[in-house]
Amino acid sequence: MTPTASSTASTTSSHAVFDDIVRSDSSLRRFLHGLPGVDQVGCEARAAGLATRSIKTTSKAYAIDLAIRMVDLTTLEGQDTHGKVRALASKAMRPDPADPTCPATAAVCVYPDMVATAKQTLGDSGVNVAAVATAFPSGRAAMDIKLADTRDAVEAGADEIDMVIDRGAFLSGRYLDVFEEIAQVREACGDAHLKVIFETGELQTYDNVRRASWLAMMAGGHFIKTSTGKVQPAATLPVTLIMLEAVRDFREQTGQMIGVKPAGGIKTTKDAIKYLVMVNEICGEDWLDPDWFRFGASTLLNDLLMQRTKMTTGRYSGPDYFTLD
Amino acid sequence: MSRIDVRKTYKLYIGGQFPRSESGRSYVVNDAKGRLLANAAQASRKDARDAVVAARAAFGGWSGKTAYNRAQVVYRIAEVLEGRREQFEAELRAAEGVTPARARSYVDASIDRLVWYAGWADKITQVVGNANPVAGPYFNLSTPEPSGVIAVVAPRGPLLGLVSVVAPLIITGNTVVVIASQDNPLTAITLGEVMATSDLPGGVVNVLTGSQTEIAPWLASHMDVNGIDLTGVEDAELATELEVAAADNLKRVRRPAPDTDWLAEPGLDRMTQFLETKTVWHPIGV
Repeated sequence: MTPTASSTASTTSSHAVFDDIVRSDSSLRRFLHGLPGVDQVGCEARAAGLATRSIKTTSKAYAIDLAIRMVDLTTLEGQDTHGKVRALASKAMRPDPADPTCPATAAVCVYPDMVATAKQTLGDSGVNVAAVATAFPSGRAAMDIKLADTRDAVEAGADEIDMVIDRGAFLSGRYLDVFEEIAQVREACGDAHLKVIFETGELQTYDNVRRASWLAMMAGGHFIKTSTGKVQPAATLPVTLIMLEAVRDFREQTGQMIGVKPAGGIKTTKDAIKYLVMVNEICGEDWLDPDWFRFGASTLLNDLLMQRTKMTTGRYSGPDYFTLD
Repeated sequence: MSRIDVRKTYKLYIGGQFPRSESGRSYVVNDAKGRLLANAAQASRKDARDAVVAARAAFGGWSGKTAYNRAQVVYRIAEVLEGRREQFEAELRAAEGVTPARARSYVDASIDRLVWYAGWADKITQVVGNANPVAGPYFNLSTPEPSGVIAVVAPRGPLLGLVSVVAPLIITGNTVVVIASQDNPLTAITLGEVMATSDLPGGVVNVLTGSQTEIAPWLASHMDVNGIDLTGVEDAELATELEVAAADNLKRVRRPAPDTDWLAEPGLDRMTQFLETKTVWHPIGV
């Protein structure tokens, strides 16, 4: 959903908190490199430990419905057509046509030129339209083109913008450039929600993931997102754990909540539930809501639906009974 | 110095791998005289589910191979089995308490059965397919296609029964999840080792060991299973239950056959039962 009045207000105040830090490239670097380093072994062990939790029966039913509500149903292919986007949008509104109790997904995620089509199908169903912008997935374009890309998507009716950061600038240490980029795109978004994609598969270290998280949160992103889905590895449990810790610490410091969206490579209900367990353990229940946690996925939804059908009918379902994505 | 025995852990055979049961359970398998032979994995419904996923994933590749190629692979299973016949004979003697001569004849029959079915791969289409006469300028051709993923409850007995129910299904391009005989699961897993080293793609045959009353209902009601062969179900009530559960997605069902003579020539019906007929109309040119 679009940000509430209070969270918009706190965004402005959080800017004030970090004014000193973002004054110059060197002060920003000092802050980001001053963040505590990530204990790689500890982080991976913690993520693996949380992944062993067993979620069954009513908890599982709750988790499956929650996960469905958190899905950003995504199609980002060169071969996308208007017809495919319409079909996807219909599926987002009513994922299991045979079961009216099945909730709708959070959003449909498409390229900017498909926003109008998606919006037309979704209407006022409550399912948002998310558009990837800023020269997705590489992020390699001039600033004015990225801003135009963003405005174009917002004008076409996008409720949420998924931007990619300039990984080249980030990796060469030009943090302020990245900060400015995010801040400007945020401005171009207007009322639309901004998700900032790091492409963690290209950031090389966990320390960089933590730095990117803080950078994006300070610059005003509403959501931080792991990956475009075009680079391997995409979302992983340890990377998401670090980002969840970052949003938790950010709220402690500023009072403002930021959302997290792992995307790419989450294909099974089991995977999704592992993420939900981690959200609950790291950030707490406040984040167990589609407003604050999302899955960027396409094939995940069918597996969630199959598991849901298994729970309601008591027999295993098969892929023949759900739409192809 | 005495040497410590290296005992084999009998596990399941799913998707070309040998995993332990997801449930962590195992059960005791005794020889013909009631002495402990080994522990076998006791598969759960989730192992059955994983096996179906593996079988489904393998179906496209396996059914897409040429019949000639499938014949080569099944013949290869026979070759590898021949090479390990002593191990199988020893296992049969231990499990059933039969004489060496009888064990040898069972292994012979199993190998011959595989070779026999291997030969059918590229012939079954000619026998059950047809060029149908139609009232119009068309070629009208019916050809058999594999049904898909088939669940099988294998009959009692360690080797010949199992080979006799699995070979006819895979030779036509189906993939199989088989519940091995509860009393003789060990040879089934050793047969899995043979299949794993015979160019048979992982997932084409998946072997579960454990209780058929526990696992079979999940396979019978599974919506992604296209057929079920109840040959090894001895309890008539369970068989009825399984048939009812199988009706949900209109699975092809083969009823129990308690008194089958596995040494007799099998005939074609084990192959034809799990085939679909595709009929194509093709215009005749001038």
